[in-house]
Amino acid sequence: MNMTEAPGTEPNLYPAVAAAQLSAGYPGVLALDGVDVTLQRRSICALVGANGSGKSTLFATLLGLRQPLAGQVRLFGESPHHARRRNLVSYVPQHEQIDTTFPITVEQVVMMGRYGHMGFTRRPKPADRAAVDKALEQVGLGDLRRRAIGELSGGQRKRAFLARAIAQQAPLMLLDEPFAGVDRSSEQLIVSVLHQLRDAGATLLVSTHHLEGVGELADEVILLHRRVLAAGLPEDVLTEEQLGRAFGAVLSEPLAQTPEDPLAERGEERGL
Amino acid sequence: MMELLTQPLELPFMQNALMVAVAASAVCGLLSCWLVLMGWSLMGEAVAHSILPGVVLAYAFGAPMAVGAFVFGMLAVLLIGGINNTSTLKHDTAIGVVFTSLFALGLVLISRTPSETHLQHILFGNVLGTSRGDLYQVAALGLLTAAVLLLLRRDFTLLAFDRTHAHSIGLSTGVLSALLLSLLALTTVTALQTLGIILVVAMLVIPGATAFLLCRTFGQMLAVASVSAALAAVVGVYASYWLDISTGGSIVLAQAAQFSLAYVFAPRKGLLGRLRRSRPLSPADRLAS
Repeated sequence: MNMTEAPGTEPNLYPAVAAAQLSAGYPGVLALDGVDVTLQRRSICALVGANGSGKSTLFATLLGLRQPLAGQVRLFGESPHHARRRNLVSYVPQHEQIDTTFPITVEQVVMMGRYGHMGFTRRPKPADRAAVDKALEQVGLGDLRRRAIGELSGGQRKRAFLARAIAQQAPLMLLDEPFAGVDRSSEQLIVSVLHQLRDAGATLLVSTHHLEGVGELADEVILLHRRVLAAGLPEDVLTEEQLGRAFGAVLSEPLAQTPEDPLAERGEERGL
Repeated sequence: MMELLTQPLELPFMQNALMVAVAASAVCGLLSCWLVLMGWSLMGEAVAHSILPGVVLAYAFGAPMAVGAFVFGMLAVLLIGGINNTSTLKHDTAIGVVFTSLFALGLVLISRTPSETHLQHILFGNVLGTSRGDLYQVAALGLLTAAVLLLLRRDFTLLAFDRTHAHSIGLSTGVLSALLLSLLALTTVTALQTLGIILVVAMLVIPGATAFLLCRTFGQMLAVASVSAALAAVVGVYASYWLDISTGGSIVLAQAAQFSLAYVFAPRKGLLGRLRRSRPLSPADRLAS
């Protein structure tokens, strides 16, 4: 059974993500407050918000790493627990979360995406090797597959973890800041791969505080700042006024509309 | 020359000593790879020291040492986790409080338990006093631990590398962590005879650290750690025989020597290699760049 196609293409079924009145947080901090999120299948949704706006908490709650204080989460109509066990969701981590000193090769990282499809000793079968080969080719890392993960550049490493999620073939993919610390060519490659995945039936939720490419990347945008400030088509959501509310006055000025010097702006954003 | 190697083996107690030291070292070497990568070295020390009261109680009640060790090893883990979750203290503080307290409890129990000489061996090891029975117990526990570690090695490695991904594919990271800590408690028992509780953490950290410096993949690390640990056991046992020095101490010093060599000479991660790569640019280079 091809998981990318599995529940994604059957008509009239549950949305990929349905979170209702979701509240979550840490002791003393309410990171999400009554958030509603519905993601239709076969779409790319950008989750936009400043640092500390609750993007990571939302991911953690969707993955079931963090229990909601109120509200509930359904992925394809199932609890996060069941969705994980059925390989319905994959996660691409932020680069700070990756241990670059770990003795592991690119190929081995990508193979970890297949573990949910294997028996309890995780011995790869030919189908697993084929999925890994294909995923590595798709992100352009076929030649670097035997490199240690720490020997890659930031952008290559991001692509390796994207390949892991591709090899997992889950119909819902959560990507945490895939464009942070990534060079221009890796960024373009990642965007085109994400479009390919969507066209093949996957649903993608992509968090970013990197605004300039959002319109090109995403079918819809959720602007988050503890609550959902706005959600809908990129051109409706990414208005100066809305962004001002999400990012505060500092960033509200020229952001969304074609910046004159994209590189300079990206540098600025990375420093946030 | 050959006599240097064969003469000690004519003595049955030296045969037992050599076999028990090699078996325990090889298994500890395997486990040490995960402990080093999980950042659990201090946790390893905590569990190793915390089993002391369990071992003493098991001795007093005639139960197998492994059972007492296992119970108290897990108790230490629960107490550390409990204090961590219910206070604002930092993790290493919780570890420091728990394991020293349990270790102290063990010392107090020893002082009130008859047959003190035997229990002193738990602290410092008594590899030359290994009986056939001890040897079989270590071999059985060692085989069990090694089998579980190797069968589940990919899951344990994933746990160490990326907990979130492990969770997202439906693995129970809590169960896996608990299993690894249980194996840690059992492994500690295998190494008690050789090193004693005080030094056992060396075997649970140094081989993994040495292998980490030398290897590019985790599979290589497992091989290098267990083989180098076994080699250190052989060197240590012979050195202690010929030089009449502490066996446990010699084994750990042999491991420390291996680590030192790796630290300086490892091809990529060694001190020399790193210095060579990070040599400052000459003025001419700087102009060119």
